[in-house]
Amino acid sequence: MSEALIRLEGVGVSFRQQAVLEDVQLSVRPGEIVTLIGPNGAGKTTLVRAVLGLLKPDHGSVWRAPRLRIGYMPQKLHVDATLPLSVLRFLRLVPGVKRSDAEAALSEVGAAQVIDSPLQGISGGELQRVLLARALLRKPQLLVLDEPVQGVDVAGQAELYRLITRLRDRYGCGVLMVSHDLHLVMSTTDQVVCLNRHVCCSGHPEQVSFDPAFVELFGQDAQSLAVYHHHHDHAHDLHGGVVKPGLMIHGPAHVHGPDCKH
Amino acid sequence: MPDFLLNALLAGLALAVVAGPLGSFVVWRRMAYFGDTLSHAALLGVALGLMLDVNPTLAVTVGCVLLAALLVTLQTRQPLASDTLLGILAHSTLSLGLVVLSFMQDVRIDLMGYLFGDLLAVGSTDLAWILGGSALVLGLLAVLWRPLLAITVHEELAKVEGLPVAAIRLSLMLLIAVVIAVAMKIVGVLLITSLLIIPAAAAQRHARTPEQMAFGASLLGIVAVCCGLSLSWFEDTPAGPSIVVSAAALFLLSFVLPKRNA
Repeated sequence: MSEALIRLEGVGVSFRQQAVLEDVQLSVRPGEIVTLIGPNGAGKTTLVRAVLGLLKPDHGSVWRAPRLRIGYMPQKLHVDATLPLSVLRFLRLVPGVKRSDAEAALSEVGAAQVIDSPLQGISGGELQRVLLARALLRKPQLLVLDEPVQGVDVAGQAELYRLITRLRDRYGCGVLMVSHDLHLVMSTTDQVVCLNRHVCCSGHPEQVSFDPAFVELFGQDAQSLAVYHHHHDHAHDLHGGVVKPGLMIHGPAHVHGPDCKH
Repeated sequence: MPDFLLNALLAGLALAVVAGPLGSFVVWRRMAYFGDTLSHAALLGVALGLMLDVNPTLAVTVGCVLLAALLVTLQTRQPLASDTLLGILAHSTLSLGLVVLSFMQDVRIDLMGYLFGDLLAVGSTDLAWILGGSALVLGLLAVLWRPLLAITVHEELAKVEGLPVAAIRLSLMLLIAVVIAVAMKIVGVLLITSLLIIPAAAAQRHARTPEQMAFGASLLGIVAVCCGLSLSWFEDTPAGPSIVVSAAALFLLSFVLPKRNA
């Protein structure tokens, strides 16, 4: 077993005497995808902030590997509309990043086409990919993704989760992500941590989906939300065009030409 | 050209150059009301400076810095929204400044000069302060440019990436405080913010990078100072308000000019 990248022990956080997190244990090892699930207000984002060092827990300890490089993808990015910032400039806010690095990171996440677009003018799905590219530019040992598929359509969500798995495979980094979409993350994750102020249950997805605590937390929907295995013979790119495995084509209904606006 | 006009022109140009990039940050970070509060408090700084017999520029700088520190402390300690706090501080410090001044019967001061500026009375000592202060702020802005942009885009992302966010945010407040102290002589406490935000807002529509907007704002500020001073010279209008009126005219003009297509 390789050494953990982060380890949380007995972490507790309260806001105004109200416990938000109690006695949370969590660790992420290199190459492992750990998904935090749980209802609204379960403390998922608070836990992520504790992992990132953005807040100091009231109890317990947060240990990070020495000189751990974290790539963080925030839940939301709101840049004031008056700030003229292209995607390239946004990525180059990471020190030492050249245009070629930014291009490589954007192609990696399938968003190379937006490199010169204004940051405020790209779609929700493109923005999520750009944020992921920025996290990758840090050459992270640990990727922390707070609801990475927010604002992305269902087909795009599955594609983003597959992308995250591919990035994990290629870089061998650990991944800690927050998600609402149980049925989508179940098939791509190594460990699920079901959080509701405390860790209700955790383990492999199959295991968790039959855990009484999980069933209780998500009620009778639990089974329909939980694992389902199936395979597609194709995927979709950002424009909703069909992507055959190993072959990038755009949907037949649309041929790119000088008249189209993207 | 008479000496007093040359002094006025140099002082105005120095302020215009530094107000461009700094004003851009005020616009991007929505700090216009913050700038207003600091400049209202500047009058209290003047009053205290006169009472304690300290150089007024120094007194105003120190006063603004203290107010900025007080504001940051209040923001984190109690639930009132920032704009409420700013409103309380802006008007109570301005009033307190006026009350303190009224107690000093033996000191003859030109209140209108402090409120609306007295650019044509800038002497060589004032000019040295203005040039030195502007150069200092411009130099620090150049050094802090990328970190400042990074925290403007997303503070938490910047913090995870290792930037000392609190220190950078505080330096921006201090830079604004210094510029307000320096600009008070030129446009007066009631009009300073306009010189920060109007040129930046006018440059915004036509800029495609943050640097273009900052540089454009400086250029427009220079034009506004030249037009305002000419107006004042030929038509005997008050210099500070003339500069602000010129800047506002340029802002309106920026809507008439066709926007460049990306």
